[in-house]
Amino acid sequence: MGLPDIKTNLTDARLAAQPVPQSGAWLAAARDDALARLRAMGLPTKRDEYWKYTDPSTLTEAVAQSADVFDAADEAPLYDGIDRLKLVFVDGVFDVDASDDMAPEGVTIERLADAGAADIHWAKDLYGVLEAKGQSPVERPLAALNSATATDGVLIHVTGTPSKPISLIYRHADATSDATLHHVIKVDAGAEVTVLENGPAAARFNKCMEVDVADTGVFHHIRAQGRDHERRAVTHIFGRLGKESVFKSFTMTANGVLTRNEVVLELTGDDAQASVAGACMGDGAFHHDDTVFITHDAVNCESRQVFKKVLRNGAVGVFQGKILVQPDAQKTDGYQISQSLLLDDDSQFLAKPELEIYADDVACSHGSTSGAINEEALFYLRSRGVEKGTAEDLLVLSFLAEAIEEIESDDISEDILARLEAWLMRRRG
Amino acid sequence: MLEIKNLHVKLEDEDKQILKGVDLSLEAGKVHAIMGPNGSGKSTLSYVLSGKDGYEVTEGSAHLQGEDVLDMEPEERAAAGLFLAFQYPVEIPGVGNMTFLRTAVNAQRKARGEEELSAGDFLKVVREKAKTLKIDAEMLKRPVNVGFSGGEKKRNEILQMAMLEPKMCILDETDSGLDVDAMKLVSEGVNALRDAGRTFLVITHYQRLLDHIKPDVVHIMANGRIVKTGGPELALEVEQNGYADILAEEVA
Repeated sequence: MGLPDIKTNLTDARLAAQPVPQSGAWLAAARDDALARLRAMGLPTKRDEYWKYTDPSTLTEAVAQSADVFDAADEAPLYDGIDRLKLVFVDGVFDVDASDDMAPEGVTIERLADAGAADIHWAKDLYGVLEAKGQSPVERPLAALNSATATDGVLIHVTGTPSKPISLIYRHADATSDATLHHVIKVDAGAEVTVLENGPAAARFNKCMEVDVADTGVFHHIRAQGRDHERRAVTHIFGRLGKESVFKSFTMTANGVLTRNEVVLELTGDDAQASVAGACMGDGAFHHDDTVFITHDAVNCESRQVFKKVLRNGAVGVFQGKILVQPDAQKTDGYQISQSLLLDDDSQFLAKPELEIYADDVACSHGSTSGAINEEALFYLRSRGVEKGTAEDLLVLSFLAEAIEEIESDDISEDILARLEAWLMRRRG
Repeated sequence: MLEIKNLHVKLEDEDKQILKGVDLSLEAGKVHAIMGPNGSGKSTLSYVLSGKDGYEVTEGSAHLQGEDVLDMEPEERAAAGLFLAFQYPVEIPGVGNMTFLRTAVNAQRKARGEEELSAGDFLKVVREKAKTLKIDAEMLKRPVNVGFSGGEKKRNEILQMAMLEPKMCILDETDSGLDVDAMKLVSEGVNALRDAGRTFLVITHYQRLLDHIKPDVVHIMANGRIVKTGGPELALEVEQNGYADILAEEVA
């Protein structure tokens, strides 16, 4: 069965505008494979089941819609008090001068553009490989597009425990930029790393991160999306977890006209632990979609999905989350919660929580709710003299807390909380 | 301090009259107790005075030091010096007790045109007051009322009262859910706040709280009205004979 013409045309037009870059042997081969996957799937349209709640047209169209560059001075910087290794990308291009020296102990970091020129590289076993695996049972063509056409990114090999987090900073400078970044992170057995991300990145941003956490490895990821009202982003994280490994990813999102964050994890080793969490605040023209797929393939693993969305003035939140427990994944502990706080009648939350379980000795729970602000709690706060707006803000933070608590580091979670508070305060003026 | 005149209140959504002409005059420095059977309107009175939604005042007035409180937002009433210790304190996950207390204290100071307390000064005061109520540092750090026992919640209410230093304190069944020790602790907290410039309205079902917090005046409320007022001996009479005699008297 051939691809519908509309998809073929869409894909051709996009590839004409965004061609596959030249690279060395290993990366060229990986890009060829990704291109073949993309051509077989075609770019998504609104009629695809997996895009039922989010219109992908502005993510797929050949030329990105422009986005006004947000005044960075308008908001307090994030992670300022945290000692970290800064790697800066401006409109999707690595900025050597703005970045720190890439040589902390316990980790090697290379630029994709450099490493990709080599004939052979360790990343060949991961680049596009985890993405390809994540294409089943659900197709993710924008990730294949990314693997085929990404122009920059970093390859991070964690061999020990670097003394500070690696901080990927995405700056947006050009109102029409269309950036595609692809990162590969390999965490060796017993190694541990924290990766931070923040910034709007570009007018349109397609980012893919493949993370391989070996046995007993630990990976922490904290991402802050925002600071730009008009940017559109689609991101994918593909993770593979070995025995007794830990994978934790948290995302805070505020601003952004369109965001689709997909996380696809496979727990392949016994006793692995995964947590994927998100706290999001949407106001007005804001559409945020969290799509998560976690596959349990080993015994006694734990996975958590904790997503909270605060929506107002017509903002839309989407959650599609799935836990798939394979026949051999006994003693699986799966938890999934997605909740929205709707601050008015115009805002919308669309949720599709799914469990698919083939093992008989598992504990999985899922819940999804939408609600208004708790009037009892609001009255309690006001009766203590807290002005109504401040009381509402406190209850917004209270609502988001369960997701923020998924962050391991107290310093970072306090930073995230401070940013959210600043946002709320600024809103009220 | 608080003058309530002919207060009539109905539920907003239902045609149900709860208070049917309450008259109360609470002088500064005094402790008044209200007792009464279930459904007599005691808790409604406390909610209406503190500004909870869902009630409609159809007649009458309530003035706090000459100011019409029924016209104010709940936070304005708080800033004017009114405090309600809740029967069921609300749990607020994700908001630390300390953050909550500091936000409340500073919001009231700001509303009154006073300078906000610095983090250091606040900490000093809160630690000292918490100590007398046997509230430890751990409890101050935890989210507001989350996972607190019944006694801890009520102690936390009294801590808030101690920090906010209101002029008019309403205690809505503060004794409910308390064991003997906790009741003693809470009562000591309340007694420590008794002051010539502060008035208490203690709502309770039972005399036993009034053994610890000695009232100056006791009112019996029934069917939305104050039906009898007397001294502390009135509470003892209720304890011994129940409400039946008093209510019968009223009807007769």
